[in-house]
Parts: sequence; C-alpha cells; structure tokens
Amino acid sequence: MSDQPVLAPIYNELMAEFPQQIEIESRPGFKGVIVNSSALVDVVTYLHDKKGYDYLSNLTAVDDYPEDQLEVIYHLFKSTGGEIIEFKVFTKRDEPVVPSLYSIYRGADFQEREVWDMFGIKFAGHPDLRRLLLWEGFEGHPLRKDWKEPFYEEDIKPYKNRWPEGRGERIENRNPFKDNVQYPRDFDPKIYEPEADQSVYKLLQSQIPQDTGDLKVEQLVVNIGPQHPSTHGVFRMAAVLEGEKVLALKPVIGYLHRNHEKIGERNTFLQNMPYTDRLDYLSSMSNNFGYAITVEKLLGIQPPERAEFLRVMMAELTRIASHSMAIGFLLNDLGAFFTPSLYALEERELILDIFESVAGSRMMCNYFRFGGVVRDITEDDFNKVKYMVEERLPRKIDDLDRYLTENEIVKMRCQGVGVLTAEEAINYSASGPSLRASGVPYDIRKVDPYSIYDRLEFDVCYQNHGDVYDRYLVRLAEIRQSLRILKQVIKQIPDGPIQTGKVQYAVRVPPGEAYGRVEGPRGELGYYVVSDGKNNPKRYHVRSPSLMSTTSLEKMCVGGKIADAVTILGAVDVVLGEVDR
Amino acid sequence: MNGLGLVKGLLLTFKHFFATYLVDIIGGKKSKARRGQITADGLFTIQYPEESVTIPEEFRVIPFLVYTLDEEGQRTYRCTACGICSKVCPTQCIWITRAKDPETGRPITESAEFYIDIDKCMNCGSCAEFCPFDAIKMDHDFHIATYERGETHIFPKEKLGKPLEYYATIRPVNYQAEEIARAAKAQARATT
Repeated sequence: MSDQPVLAPIYNELMAEFPQQIEIESRPGFKGVIVNSSALVDVVTYLHDKKGYDYLSNLTAVDDYPEDQLEVIYHLFKSTGGEIIEFKVFTKRDEPVVPSLYSIYRGADFQEREVWDMFGIKFAGHPDLRRLLLWEGFEGHPLRKDWKEPFYEEDIKPYKNRWPEGRGERIENRNPFKDNVQYPRDFDPKIYEPEADQSVYKLLQSQIPQDTGDLKVEQLVVNIGPQHPSTHGVFRMAAVLEGEKVLALKPVIGYLHRNHEKIGERNTFLQNMPYTDRLDYLSSMSNNFGYAITVEKLLGIQPPERAEFLRVMMAELTRIASHSMAIGFLLNDLGAFFTPSLYALEERELILDIFESVAGSRMMCNYFRFGGVVRDITEDDFNKVKYMVEERLPRKIDDLDRYLTENEIVKMRCQGVGVLTAEEAINYSASGPSLRASGVPYDIRKVDPYSIYDRLEFDVCYQNHGDVYDRYLVRLAEIRQSLRILKQVIKQIPDGPIQTGKVQYAVRVPPGEAYGRVEGPRGELGYYVVSDGKNNPKRYHVRSPSLMSTTSLEKMCVGGKIADAVTILGAVDVVLGEVDR
Repeated sequence: MNGLGLVKGLLLTFKHFFATYLVDIIGGKKSKARRGQITADGLFTIQYPEESVTIPEEFRVIPFLVYTLDEEGQRTYRCTACGICSKVCPTQCIWITRAKDPETGRPITESAEFYIDIDKCMNCGSCAEFCPFDAIKMDHDFHIATYERGETHIFPKEKLGKPLEYYATIRPVNYQAEEIARAAKAQARATT
C-alpha cells in the first residue's frame, strides 16, 4: 500500500474549485487531501450542496505527538452510493481550534464532542461543546499521546516486566490504601451535585418552547436511567416533561466508558481483536469482521476463498441473532413482557451454540484473524448451520412475523412514533435499519461491497415511513435476506485453506491509514486505523453505529410521549458497550 | 379485523404451551434430551444445575498448563518459559519467571514461576493458540467462583497445572491431532 494511489476525480475538482486552500496528502500510505482550516466550512458546504456528499460517515482526530500538530479527519460519502472522500485539517497542539460542521451535518454533533473530550480540540461554532463520554471535571484529554492513565505501566504492550522476570501484580496492591475511593477533606458526597448535571438541566430549560398556551402546566425534569431503563445497558435520558409530553430531551452517556481506543493504541494489532468483541457484545463476529478487513487493507492481503465464506456465514448468523433479539426486546419495551423476547432468544441461543462450538465462546468470539479465521468449521457444526438455515429459522421467523406484525397493540404503539424523515436520517448520520426504515436504501454490502458480498444475491430492505414500526419491519426483512445469503453460502462454500500464510502474533503493518467499514447489525461499523510501521497502531478509532443512532434520539423523542421514548430507544437498538466504548 | 392479531398471537403462545406437554408425552425421556438443542420443540430451557448442556470441545475458559507425571509422581511441565503467551496476552495477565540452572546460573527452558491473574484474563485463547509447545491450553471448567476475591484469583503454577490425560478427555480431537503432529516432529528431528 506504499505506492501513491491515483487521485479520484472528485479531488481534482476540489483542487480546481479551491486552488489555494487544498494540498494533496503526500505521506506514503495516506490518502485524501489536506484542507486549510479557514476554508473548511466552504469546502464542506460545496461538497454537501453541489457534489452530493451528504453523509458524514466518520469524524475523528489523530495526535502527531511529539510534533506540534493534531489532525482532524473527515470521511464523507454520498447517500446514493459512490466513492469516499477523505480530508484532513491540521491544527496546533497547544491551541487547537477547528470550525464545526454542526450546521451542515447534525451527525457531527456527538463526534465533535467526542473529539473535544478525547483530544481537546475546540470546534468553533458547536452550540453544545461539552464532554461526551467523560465527566466534566476530568483532567486532561486522554487520547493525546502524552496523557497517562492511573496505574500507567508502559506506552505499548507487551509490557517488558512480565517475562522473563515475572513482575506482574494485582493493581489493588499498588494502591497503598487498598481502596480506590478517596475524598478530599472538605468534600461530602451526600450533598455534592456535579456541575455536569446542572449544565444538562440548563440546556434542557433553554430548549423548551416558551409559549405553551394560557393554561399553566407544571414542567418536570425527569431522569430516565442511568439504571437499565429498558435492558439496553446503562443509559440516561434527561427529559423535561409537561404531563406525558416530552418537551426536551438529552441523552447522557459514558457510564460504560473504558476508553477502548486508548487501550487499542497500547495493544498490538492482534491483541485488539478480542477487545473488538466487547464493543457491541451482541454482534461480536461483525466487529471482528470490520477490524480484520481494515487491517487487511493496510497489510494488503486477501483471505482465502473458504475463509471469506466462513466470515460471511458468521456475520450473517450474527445479524440474525442480533435482529431477533432487537425485535424481542422492542416488544419488551412495549410492555409485552418476555414472551416474545424469550421466543426470539431461543433462536439466538441456538446460533450462539454454533458460535461456541466454532469459535470457542458464545459472545466473545474472537474468531477472525488477519488473512483468515481461527479454525475451520467441523462437519457437525456445518450441518447444524444448514439445519438452522434451511429448516428451523425460516419457520421461527414466520412465527414471529405472524405473531407480531399484524398485532393491533404493536401497530398502535409503533406506527407514526419516532419518525425520522429521509433527509433527517442522512443528516443525522443514522445508519443501518434506522436509515433504511426512513426510505434510504443504503446498505454497505451493496454500495461499497466488501468480502464476497458482490457475488451474493440479496435485496436491500427498506421502508418509507421512518417510524418504529418500519424499523421493526426492516429488521424482519433483513433476517429473511440474511437467510437467503446463508443459503447461497452453504451451497457455494469451497474447500481449501482458511488462512493466508501463518498467523503471526507480531504483525508488521506497513505505515499508512485505512478506513474500513462493514454493515453490522446496527449499521455502519467503521474502523479507522493508522499505523506508523511499529507493532502497535498509532491511532485506532471505532465509528460506532450505536453512537450515531443516539445522536438522532433527541430529534425522534421530542414532541412525543414519554412512554414512546422507551419504545424509540428499543427500536433504535443501541448497545451501550458500543456507544460508550 | 380488530382483535384478530391478538388472537393469532395468543394461539402461538398456546401452541408452545401444549407442545411442551405433547412432546413430553410422546417423546418421553428422549424429548428431555432434546431441550436446548436445535431440534427442540415446546419447552426450551433445561434445569441447571441438575442438568447441564454439553460443552463443545472448543469452549474456552481460563488457561491451564499441561504436565505429565513420571514414575515418581514428579510433574514435568511442557512449558519452556519462552514467554510467547505473556507477549500475546491482550490483558497482560500472565507473568513468568524463567528458571536458572543452579550451577551455572544460566537460564534454562523451564519456568520457575508462572502466574495468571484470572480477574484480568478475558478467555480469548490467544495464549493457547500461539503456544509452540502445546503447553498452555484453555480449560472447560467454569465453576471457579470463590469466597475471596484477592490473592486467590492469582493462580500460581501448581494450581494452573493439569495432567495431560485431563486435556485428552476435554479436547479429544485436538489432542489426537496434536499428538500426531508431535510424533511426526520428533521423528523428523530423530532422522536429521
């Protein structure tokens, strides 16, 4: 990948339009162009309005420490399909300011807040630039390379003291108080109210429409969560209610934050693989898939044919498991306690049994390797998959369909609730079933095919209303399409090796950058990996579909009833392990 | 028609309900064995801990160290303290001290100490996958709850060690394949 790629025509058009403001990225292995910070908004407006780049896929930053420079990276796509456009903006490390894209893409909202949180880059013009994942009083910006975590050991793994001297120890032993909680002298946790909460409430108050008629109605601030509000994880919605009506709502996230990306930069490339399982713990095979193809882009290798088929088989089984669970728990959120969700869980259970037998673990599969998969599927397991796909699953999906689709209560509760129009869905960078339910037939397996998806026959499922019911219908239809893909995979899977070369634990990745994305069950799962030729990635970023879906949550909930907010959250189907990372 | 959807839904629930009994009456004990399997109908769950599901061969929790016993009952570990497992470990929960020859003081291919912090271990199986000597393997025993969550969760070498026969019982297919490969390797070394 070291040779300079030919510039796509869109870059030449950009150069012609903004001759002084743009230069070509010249580092080997890197793509795209560098845009002058002062011209960013003009360039993006031009791309958005004139060229149809209406979908902001990914926005993140890289720290070039020890150089005095931070990069902000943008990946844009057209919602009608087509080439990626990638560009960077450089800014100074000690006083980083970059213009915000909030006014053009609402999908930039959470991503810019995350970059501010992690890198300390200010986005001029962002109306609500608070920390996203960490709390307001947090010291420093953790993804900067010179930031060190508590109990910091070394910059990169493997840590040198583990072998041959054997000096590992329990972290608890390193704390002299044997307790992680220490309060300052004049601090009383009982009366302490964090500033961050006040800022959320103030923000909510400022968003309430002032003129609410003559009748004086009391307005209540209600916090839903951060306990499990609907079995989706630790998530909090701060809402202002007037009666049952939601006047303003803000999602508050970060309760499961563990800085996956910092851990990822400490890890070697291969060590990241089991960590990706823990992002979206309901679809670990998809997460593996995305990371594997991204690093394979950097390595310039292709997995053998059989491995590709196995990968697609696992990814589609994951999609079925994840979607059937999403449908089951959507019904839970509607109040149909546990009967539908347990019927859905049965099928998921059987798919997980297959994963357990093939990969070794039910949810934390860790099945993919760069250039292949860990092990071949046995005859026995293959027959199980075959039976599931050809006999059991179609029957059970029909059962779910018969049972739920025409159900009056489901219809009443779901139709017309949480509507997102096509324009809004694109602008908010929604992806996956949320985007397709709004009438945008955008499926990465079709528009930007990876692996062997271009050789398989399937339809992109979409609906036009963009409400909760349509998201349910899209999921149901996608399960059927996954079954269709699986039938072809079972028929066509060739014999042969499952790995190119030998798997090495210290992978040498040539310097460069890669953005790989797959269509996970929850939408576009992207990985942005930068290598500087060492054993560990210089930057490892996850574009998580759940986080992007959370961006549009406010839009969908405001104006509706509070009971519908829970339904909408269920229909968006966020997994908090991935939102908080 | 209003209400038809509800009736349909309830019919499915009833179908499930009666299938549970029907399958039991017709199938007898066999139907019980099918619960939790892909051919299951009606009731799906099993009565843990009285019953338990069969664990597939590749299932993995907490690594163990393979040893063989000689005639005097001394353990000979396969581990050579090469350190690959501690290098690939994503959570860095393995630490090894290499043993030294008591006379010359030079490091030998044997570990003096071998610890795994099972609180940190994420059961990813990388150590077993990359071990070149088939010395560290993933276990099947997941009943490892303890009353103390401090030092007892750091497993020393003695606790990690399990006999080769145990490995052969939990992973028979892998064991067979590995033994054949090891024999071939030994033969190749002997002929050259």
